[in-house]
Amino acid sequence: MTDLLNALVLMLNFVIIPATSYGAQLALGALGVTLVYGILRFGNFAHGDTMAFGTMFTIFFTWLFQGLGLSLGVLPTALLALPFGIGVTALYAISIDRLVYRHYRVKRSAPVILTIASVGVMFVTNSVVRFLIGTNEQRFSDGQKFIIKARDFKEWSGLSEGMKLKTTEALTVVVAGIAVAALFWFLQRTRMGKAMRAYSDNEDLALLSGINPERVVMVTWIITAALATLAGVLFGLDKSFKPFTYFQLLLPIFAAAILGGVGNPLGAIAGGFVVAFSEVMVTYPYKKFLKYVMPENLEPSGLMQLLTVDYKFAVSFIILVAVLLIKPTGLFSGKVIRA
Amino acid sequence: MSFLVGENIFGGYGGADILHGCTVSVEKGEIAVIVGPNGAGKSTAMKALLGMLTVREGAVRLNGNDITHLSPQDRVSEGMAFVPQTNNVFAGMTVQENLEMGAYLRRDDITETMEQIYSLFPILGEKRRQMAGELSGGQRQQVAVGRALMTKPSVLMLDEPTAGVSPIVMDELFDRILEVRATGIAVLMVEQNARQALEIADRGYVLVQGENKYTDTGAALLADPDVRKSFLGG
Repeated sequence: MTDLLNALVLMLNFVIIPATSYGAQLALGALGVTLVYGILRFGNFAHGDTMAFGTMFTIFFTWLFQGLGLSLGVLPTALLALPFGIGVTALYAISIDRLVYRHYRVKRSAPVILTIASVGVMFVTNSVVRFLIGTNEQRFSDGQKFIIKARDFKEWSGLSEGMKLKTTEALTVVVAGIAVAALFWFLQRTRMGKAMRAYSDNEDLALLSGINPERVVMVTWIITAALATLAGVLFGLDKSFKPFTYFQLLLPIFAAAILGGVGNPLGAIAGGFVVAFSEVMVTYPYKKFLKYVMPENLEPSGLMQLLTVDYKFAVSFIILVAVLLIKPTGLFSGKVIRA
Repeated sequence: MSFLVGENIFGGYGGADILHGCTVSVEKGEIAVIVGPNGAGKSTAMKALLGMLTVREGAVRLNGNDITHLSPQDRVSEGMAFVPQTNNVFAGMTVQENLEMGAYLRRDDITETMEQIYSLFPILGEKRRQMAGELSGGQRQQVAVGRALMTKPSVLMLDEPTAGVSPIVMDELFDRILEVRATGIAVLMVEQNARQALEIADRGYVLVQGENKYTDTGAALLADPDVRKSFLGG
């Protein structure tokens, strides 16, 4: 019995809790990608670097507030800086749209051209971020680090395995939950949200109904910037901020968006969690877990790890390829990405 | 002077002219129908009135005002409503949301207009929470017409509203269009089902190669032996 409980705590501590918070971060990222695809009709490769851009400005404001002696007590100061980071990122996204994407939109270029343009935006944004904050790792989480400490849990439960819950993990899930609820409320209930769905559904008919496309595009970029900054800051608080890591996040985020059915917000959330759980579960060494659940003397000698952590991106790649081969519309029947 | 008139229009989609001096007009409380063989420029004539193609010569006037150079969106806010032939509903949105989007430009209370549309098309009231894309062809056409009527337009333009629906549904749609006319709206239709459309038309235009071939009341065109022989199958 104790062995089973120990095994359960082990899984919670090393798989379920970390994968849930990582999943929430990916879900927020995938929501941004899916929103741009659904409404502006192109795959936005610059999304990972938009996340880095937003996180960078949030870090700047965090430093500023820390310098001024402002803090949120047990919560990270970054939460206070978040709205400012979102504001700057939204301005950046709108300017990029004016400078780059609008030109192709007016010309009614094929989606693939916009996608390639977004690759250019990706490189530019990437360079801007490296130039401003540098390529090094930044840790900007402050406040109380743990809600539950592993040692306290061990003392309380009497088990040999400890369970920790980081403040940032709980914060990620709560903030992501609020953001997703707000987004759905906006899309389902408000005039502007419905106009965005209408524009995504049938552009010509939306124009005939008097919906102003430039307004729709602007609001889309503001929401996308907010989602990207939120995803980036939560990821950075939970782990750390490094421009290159954010560039790499593009892959699991695209895998999540496509797995869920690109253009479908609910699918993006489900996709985020599926990708996160797959990544964590495939790279977790099960040796200790099996030691608890298997009869004595049968415990495995190896690590029982399917892939080393270095290969975690392979998981996203496999999911991406498998979905595109078997069910290109994704789990929730989104649009098919067409060139 | 007619309420909406496209006078002596020459124009096309940028290349060669499709319309060669075509004139179409409609009065309030009247149904005008454009018929003619395939490729005669029927839909093109309607799109010229809506501003969706380059009018090289001629003028479009609404209520006496020249609107030749207004964008389609501006014409919509001037009281013109258009139901395209295909893709004319927001398939991923509910019936009610489709109607709300039709009234997007209105800032006043739209519940009354919506109730009027539900009483004109009772089936839409029943299915108001259903996705428009899940409805049958005839019901989708009703959503499309309902969406267009939400702006409280003075002109309703329909591009082949009965394309691809069964004869029973077609009769029902024409009945509804007669009811729309009764509210004092000018109705302009392009129709493939020429005979049935001319039966309800106050005014009919037979277009051939972008020109007016015959223009008369619907009944007179139906009685005209030439028109019958060439376009109505005897």
